[in-house]
Amino acid sequence: MLDVEAQEPPKGKWSTPPFDPRFPSQNQIRNCYQNFLDYHRCLKTRTRRGKSTQPCEYYFRVYHSLCPISWVESWNEQIKNGIFAGKI
Amino acid sequence: MAHAAQVGLQDATSPIMEELITFHDHALMIIFLICSLVLYALFLTLTTKLTNTNISDAQEMETVWTILPAIILVLIALPSLRILYMTDEVNDPSLTIKSIGHQWYWTYEYTDYGGLIFNSYMLPPLFLEPGDLRLLDVDNRVVLPIETPIRMMITSQDVLHSWAVPTLGLKTDAIPGRLNQTTFTATRPGVYYGQCSEICGANHSFMPIVLELIPLKIFEMGPVFTL
Repeated sequence: MLDVEAQEPPKGKWSTPPFDPRFPSQNQIRNCYQNFLDYHRCLKTRTRRGKSTQPCEYYFRVYHSLCPISWVESWNEQIKNGIFAGKI
Repeated sequence: MAHAAQVGLQDATSPIMEELITFHDHALMIIFLICSLVLYALFLTLTTKLTNTNISDAQEMETVWTILPAIILVLIALPSLRILYMTDEVNDPSLTIKSIGHQWYWTYEYTDYGGLIFNSYMLPPLFLEPGDLRLLDVDNRVVLPIETPIRMMITSQDVLHSWAVPTLGLKTDAIPGRLNQTTFTATRPGVYYGQCSEICGANHSFMPIVLELIPLKIFEMGPVFTL
């Protein structure tokens, strides 16, 4: 996994996730979940190909900003135990 | 916050609330005009000495009092829809805060930069300092910058709650399994109060929301913890 410093935004660069036209409605749960999935898929694919996982940090920052941390912790727990329902 | 026996809306702290207050004034004026007209007509009808037992139809009057209300309704609907679409505009937020409802307190997460997560409980009456507001003040306020578009993501960990701050024109339901988004921009600094607005159990009236809006420069200096 990436270390904490790598996942922190560059100084003065990151503000907050921008408007995503894929999820225009009030319920942003799909936005949060999709970025979580995209982060893990990005990590998996790039690690498999032996490339740097630095571009995946964007997805990390988006889901970290949008998703309640309790949800993220429970999903990470499920991934660790191999019972996560999403396709990664 | 509202003062005792307050009837009207609180002063606006966001541009949307200013629009809503103007709309409310507009709709209320129409209501007062219609009510006074009806009361006047009723008064005339009840106090006249004239009698006529021969009225059969009144086509012109019936046409007028059908068309005129339709026009009045359109005049109310147009500003209303304008404001509705204004609240849904794509603005570019600078900050995202998560607000999670529990029985019976709120959790706030500031996770754009690092992770600041804290709970916000109502101050019990025994813990109130002189000058604190009973049933409104909390131990940890939500500190936010003014004149910045802020995105609030609201959800719940257990039952339905609702995150409301009247002075900003905000009320968004906190629904478990759903992540509702609302945005606002505060125009002036200050401390603003709201209360949970969806029945959620025994202490539903005792989980208020307090926002402390400060200038952006001071907000950027980072969290200041007071003991």
